[in-house]
Amino acid sequence: MNVGDTLAPLEIPVTRTLIVAGAIASRDYQDVHHDASLAREKGSPDIFMNILTTNGLVGRYITDRLGPGAVLRKVAIRLGAPNHPGDTMVLTGTVVALDGDRAEIRVVGANGIGHHVTGTVTVILPAEVAA
Amino acid sequence: MTATADQAAGRGADADAEEAARFHALLKTFEGRPAATAGRGKDPVNQPMIRHWCEAMGDADPAYTGPDAIAPPTMLQAWTMGGLSGHGDRSSAYDELLALLDGAGCTSVVATDCEQEYLRPLRPGDTITYDAVIESVSPRKTTKLGTGHFVTTRMDVRADGELAGTHRFRILKYAPAAPREKKPAARRPRPVVNRDNQGFWDGVAARELLIQRCTACATLRFPWLPGCNACASLDWDTVEASGAGTVFSYVVMHHPPFPAFTAHEDPAAAGGPYAVALVELAEGVRMVSNITGVPYDKVRIGMPVQLEFLRVDEDLELPVFRGSEG
Repeated sequence: MNVGDTLAPLEIPVTRTLIVAGAIASRDYQDVHHDASLAREKGSPDIFMNILTTNGLVGRYITDRLGPGAVLRKVAIRLGAPNHPGDTMVLTGTVVALDGDRAEIRVVGANGIGHHVTGTVTVILPAEVAA
Repeated sequence: MTATADQAAGRGADADAEEAARFHALLKTFEGRPAATAGRGKDPVNQPMIRHWCEAMGDADPAYTGPDAIAPPTMLQAWTMGGLSGHGDRSSAYDELLALLDGAGCTSVVATDCEQEYLRPLRPGDTITYDAVIESVSPRKTTKLGTGHFVTTRMDVRADGELAGTHRFRILKYAPAAPREKKPAARRPRPVVNRDNQGFWDGVAARELLIQRCTACATLRFPWLPGCNACASLDWDTVEASGAGTVFSYVVMHHPPFPAFTAHEDPAAAGGPYAVALVELAEGVRMVSNITGVPYDKVRIGMPVQLEFLRVDEDLELPVFRGSEG
């Protein structure tokens, strides 16, 4: 692995089921993540993905791409365009720093509106990737 | 704008900025105060919640299953969530801060940033405890969602008393921006109903097309009038039209476009041209109306038409005439 390497993209269909399942699995019962009419009352066109689900998907993307043995050390994300049902989010990653078996990967999750998430993940690489 | 009005507006903006600064100073007094003290995860780290999380995320990493399973590190915050029964461990300072923001109209909340560091893996059976501090409260910011303040908290999460991770979280507490006004769909003009034509509209409501008849000379008249043009009598009764008629004359309206007059035929063609016909009823009187069932450019003089009632919107039903192309 080298600085500048990119990870294969991961396409996440943003279904209503994913948004609700992610909210409940993260114990987030804010109505905007499961009740479309209340979400609309609050000015959103529909329900939207909660930050914990986005965080989980970013973590999954990194460990999926680096393979078993990759260990997450740090995940720092910022949300932008919301993930609404029917959209697709494409996660991409670029290696921005390497220090021995420790890599820093810049992640972007783009949906139909713009960048849903931008962030940086620090990960300990599995031995075969680090080598 | 006059100079005076300019000055007044300027003073208004200054006063607003001063008020915002004063409010922010108050919010800043919460910085450094606890957001949660000696919080306790509602459940110890456990395999079922890990599995539900992995199912939702589509995460098949083998590290999260089996006898040596660890929890996905990104679940860190999930172990500290209040769930439906809420947070018993939130500090009074944090509640006060949120109440202040609610009071200022910043009633909505959205999470914007999450920064987590993982120091040691969480394993089923670990007991979760946490403490959190209010790190910063931003000055007033206007975003696409609305105007409000960013509140950043920093949490230390412990497993069986040992620091396992840190979690910095930023929310925007905001007053939702007024939704962009949607222009209501254009509606047809409302009929002006008065005591001279009330009977006609009562007939329409009963789906009857009523023609006035002079009781002195039996002349039919339409539209409705107080008196007879033939004999000047003010006495009248009504005859229900059979509904049969022919197009006596017509014009095609091209401009200005008026979607409300055309949407009922074909919503896709709303705003396009439409025919306005003078229909001669079988009884001999004529009335202005719309022709339905025939494109505007296929309406012809002499075309036979039949009365029908068109529900234009929830408050308006109109007598119109269905044509049939020769």
